Parts: sequence; structure tokens; C-alpha cells
Amino acid sequence: MSTRPFASFGTINAMPRAEETHPLTWRLRDDGAMVALDEYRDKHGYEGAKNALDMKGDDISELVKDAGLKGRGGAGFPAGVKWSLTAKGEEMPRGYVVCNADEMEPNTYKDRMLMEQMPHLLIEGMIISALANNAFRGYIFLRGEYHDAAASIERALAEAREAGILGTSVLGSEFDFDIFLHTGAGRYICGEETALINSLEGRRANPRSKPPFPGQSGAWGKPTVVNNVETLCNAPPILYHGKAWYLGLALEGSDDGGTKLFGFTGQIKNPGLWELPLGTTAREIFEDYAQGMKDGYRLKAWQPGGAGTGFLLPEHLSAQMCSNGIADVGTRMGTGLSLAVDHTVNMVSLLRNMEEFFARESCGWCTPCRDGLPWTVKLLRSLERGEGEQGDIEILEELTGKLGPGKTFCAHAPGAVEPLASAIQYFRDEFEQGISHPRRAAHAEPIPVGSI
Amino acid sequence: MTQPTSLIASDRARPEFDMHDEDRHAIEHEMSHYENPRAASIGALKIVQKRHGWVPDGAIYAISDILGIPSSDVEGVATFYSLIFRQPVGRHVILLCDSMTCYIDGYEAVKEALARQLGIQMGQTTEDGRFTLLPVCCLGNCDKGPAMMVDEDIHGPVTPDNVMQLLETYS
Ligand SMILES: Cc1cc2nc3c(=O)[nH]c(=O)nc-3n(C[C@H](O)[C@H](O)[C@H](O)COP(=O)(O)O)c2cc1C
Ligand code: SF4
Ligand code: FES
Repeated sequence: MSTRPFASFGTINAMPRAEETHPLTWRLRDDGAMVALDEYRDKHGYEGAKNALDMKGDDISELVKDAGLKGRGGAGFPAGVKWSLTAKGEEMPRGYVVCNADEMEPNTYKDRMLMEQMPHLLIEGMIISALANNAFRGYIFLRGEYHDAAASIERALAEAREAGILGTSVLGSEFDFDIFLHTGAGRYICGEETALINSLEGRRANPRSKPPFPGQSGAWGKPTVVNNVETLCNAPPILYHGKAWYLGLALEGSDDGGTKLFGFTGQIKNPGLWELPLGTTAREIFEDYAQGMKDGYRLKAWQPGGAGTGFLLPEHLSAQMCSNGIADVGTRMGTGLSLAVDHTVNMVSLLRNMEEFFARESCGWCTPCRDGLPWTVKLLRSLERGEGEQGDIEILEELTGKLGPGKTFCAHAPGAVEPLASAIQYFRDEFEQGISHPRRAAHAEPIPVGSI
Repeated sequence: MTQPTSLIASDRARPEFDMHDEDRHAIEHEMSHYENPRAASIGALKIVQKRHGWVPDGAIYAISDILGIPSSDVEGVATFYSLIFRQPVGRHVILLCDSMTCYIDGYEAVKEALARQLGIQMGQTTEDGRFTLLPVCCLGNCDKGPAMMVDEDIHGPVTPDNVMQLLETYS
């Protein structure tokens, strides 16, 4: 059982925080240990779920929609809208709520903190989601490497069952709902929501075609709502304090309500994780919280939220971190945990590393992704060695188009080419430096497939 | 429930495998969490692997019998997921994060130090059977990169200088 303090999230356990302003982190203990049931209840735990029990499911969805809660798993889809689209009604079987706890997006470590330290907040969020979506069962799909999170969740589930919070009569009501922990066994693609459902069913994690959307026909053909850990953790405070308060947490200019776990990593002074209002500028996070670059390092580029988001320049730090703020500078906020790329990093080498990751993690289902990503790796490797030929950059650019949104079966390939396209756009000279051969003079051997 | 049919090696003799009673019960318990027993296949493979360190051929058939699904399906799942090992691994498995933040933080130097000191490349096991070295996606420890997981413990920042010392505790 996990009682040891977790010291992995920068200063998040030492930041000043309050219930009114830090709905996700105000209950965190100074020592970083899990907030157990008694302490959680003493601090208004499960009050949001109690309010939800007195409401109609559609009204819960409406409230969450009006509060401006957007999905925190990377795609930013409004949570309340997703819930309102789930098939429900007399003739529909009750379905599932599935928590996407597969957190494998490079540079993302927020769900891990929430699950290790605040598992009851997640359980409460899943109860609220179950009420809104008329679900009879929940699964937490947790990546296999998160052993400490698994221990916290198992302990919290046992506490909740024991206390009558989960089971046949949730919090003394007539609603029955239980949650099981499902742990994975690797593969990034499991995080894609339809691949996750296949994996949950005990199959290979290939994505499914949409439609039908999981809300119509998901796990075992039943209506299934998949939400990210952090998304679900925002539901209890919304149900407890209301939409006006939640909307008011975000700063002016943000279309999204609430706060967000933001982070910054790389060669910076104070890498970490912080709960801040949506709409906080990236510069404030970078300078005030991350405290800028380490001595001797200069910021060259940054990426707002995970490997699948585009690179930005230092001047773009003035953008607000919220879905519309980052869209304004040409990419997506993604998971909201940013990476600083310093002046010592060569963009071609970095992209080679990233595309090796995306190529290895392709599920291999559709041709553009299965064959296109290894091709980018091959071209980037030759550019990195300084052995590229005229036309290589143009081929890479063409691939970023051919693997873009709508061209492949799922969003894996579009995510893979988004950073590549932006890196070529902003740092084309670094790619050009890798070219030493005239056209058709360098790549005699066929494209290797499967050797990534 | 459908009868188990072995599609992989129907004519070959099934390799011996003694499923431990405790493991069988653990798998049956897993099955009770789902609408369909197939959903317990990954869990079952993990249960077997926890005891044996890897998943021997015979276990594939044993699991297919318990779940009532074709052994080819169990094998299909076993080979898809990167943390299911279909060949023997060392007593300790080192998962070294090779994702971008750790790359920026110096992963390649750590990888080289490990390869040199352990005398193995990624995917290999040391001659004494102590360590297997594998790459892994972002371990969610990026604020402390380069990150490494040994068995169930997360470490970071790992450097070429401290990595061997970290490994000393795993005998
Ligand atoms: C390749 C790929 C990997 C993904 N990995 C994750 C993940 O690890 N965690 C997550 O919450 N969402 C992940 N997503 C997004 C999910 O498909 C889905 O949008 C999300 O779980 C929905 O939850 P939300 O609306 O609450 O954000 C991934 C998507 C893709 C295409
Ligand atoms: S885009 Fe890639 S990961 Fe997604 S289905 Fe196609 S091959 Fe699989
Ligand atoms: S990138 Fe290595 S732990 Fe996240």
C-alpha cells in the first residue's frame, strides 16, 4: 500500500493554494502522500456527487457544458457536450464510463500526480459522470508502469466501497455504480479512445472506425464515455461550487473555464507542475513558475502540450494557455505541459527522436501511418548525418500533408506530423544543413520497414 | 462460451505448463470484472508473467483454456503489448525512457553508459541474467528526466555517473 511521499512534481505540494482558487490541488498534503477518504471527506469530498444525485442526468451534462469544461486529454472536446450525446433512455442498456489514465504522451505527468495523491477526486468525478451518462460501471484504464498510482487507486476504491460510496447504493441513494481498475501492458496507442476500448475488451489496441462513436456503441456494444483523468477531476468542484464560479476561475480571454495543471520541462531552472487559471500566459508559467532557462542555456523553441503539438518560438510565449489562445498561434494546447527546447538542441535530431517514437508506436493498421512514419525517420536520420539529398525536405513536407488530419484512421499520424511541419516551418535552415547530395543520389537502398 | 480452439499449433503437442492455483484464481477473479472473459486476457498474461518473469508458450494455451478463447487470440494480444515478454528476461527489467524530454535531458548518454557497463544493447539481457534493458515511452517523470524504471521503481534524473550506483541495489 502506498503511503510513502511522492516527491516528483516539483513544488506542487508546497505552493500556496486554496479551495476557491485551486479546485484540483487545494487538498494536497504537504508531504505528497495520498489524501485518504477521511481527510477527503473532511475537506468537502463527495459533496459534489451528493449534489449530482439530486439532479437529472441531462442537467448535470448541461451544467458541465455551461461551466466550460474542456477535455484535458489532449483534444479539448467540451466534456458536457460529449456527455449530452451519449445514448441513454428507457430502451438503452446502461453503459460505461471509462477513465483514460493511459498517460503516455511524451512530456505529460499530470494524471499521475492526481491519481497518486487525489484518487478520491477521480472516483467522485466518475460517479458524477456515471450519473450524467446513466452508466452502471466504470473502469480506470491505467498504464501498466504506474505502480504507485495503481496502489493509491486500489486503496481508494476499497475505502469507497467500504464506506458505501461505491456499490449497490451510492452514498445512500438508489443509484448503483462500481469502478474497477484495469491496468495496461504498454503501447502508446492504447490512449486513443477507441483503441483503449479494444484493449479494455482484451484485444489488440487498434483504433475502431467512427461512427459509431463510443457514446453510441462502445465497450461490448454499450454506450461508453471516455474521459481523461484531469477532466473527470474537474467535475466534483463544478457540481459543488457551480458554473459561475468555475467560469470565473479562468482569466479573461479564455474560452475554457476553470484551472489546469500546467508544467514546463527541459533545461529550465525549476521544472514542475502547477495548477493555474486557464488563460495564464505561457510566459508567466515559463518565467515565474519555471523560472526561465538554466544558466548558459537559451530558449530556442517550445512546445505547448506534448509530442503531438506544434513547436512555437520564444515570441509566442505571450500566448494564453487555453484552447483558443494556442489556436491563435497556430497549434493546439494538447495536454498543457510544455517543453523548452534550448539552443544546444538540433531540431533535426530532436525530430528524428520524436518520429522514431511515433513510428514505433504506430499500431500499423493503416498504410499512410505504418509506412509514412518510418519514411520520415529514414529521411531525418540521413539529414541528421548530413547525408540528405535535394528534395528531402520537400518529401517531408509532402508527408506532413499526407499524414495530416482526416487522412488516416486515427489521430496518431496527424499528431506525429504536427511537430514536424512546425519544425520545418520555423527552422528550415537546420534541415537544409543536412543536405549534401544532389537529387536521387543518396537513398539507393529501399525504405526499411520495421527497423525503427 | 466457445470451445477453445488452438489455431496456432493445432497439430503440435502443447508445451507443458503448470498454472499455479493462486494464479488461476487471480485470473478467474479478473474475469469477474468484465462482461466477457476475453477482457481478462492482458491481466492473465500479467499474472503469469509476475510469477515466471515471462510468458512461456504453454501459458498461452493454459490462459486460452481458462478464458475460453482461441490460443491464437491470446498470442495475438501477448505479442502486441510491449510489456508482455514472450521470451525470458533478466531478474530485473530496466525500462529507459527514450521520449523527447528525456532525449533533451541526456537520455542518449545514459543509454551509452548502460550499454557499456552492462555489455548489452537495447532489447538484450546481461550474461549473468541480472538485467534486461528495454526502451519505454515517457514514464511521466519528465520533470526529473532522464527517467528510468527498474522493476516497479521510478528513478530520475539518471546520469551516466549515477546510473550504475542506482542499479547496485538490484541483485
Ligand atoms: C495516439 C493517441 C494517444 C492518446 N493518448 C491519450 C492518453 O494517454 N490519455 C488521454 O487522456 N487521452 C489520450 N488521447 C486522447 C483520447 O483519444 C481522447 O480524446 C480522450 O481520452 C478524451 O478525453 P477528454 O475529452 O476528457 O480529454 C490520445 C489520442 C491519440 C490519438
Ligand atoms: S493512424 Fe497509425 S496508429 Fe492510427 S490507426 Fe492508422 S496506423 Fe494505427
Ligand atoms: S519524456 Fe521521459 S519521462 Fe517523460
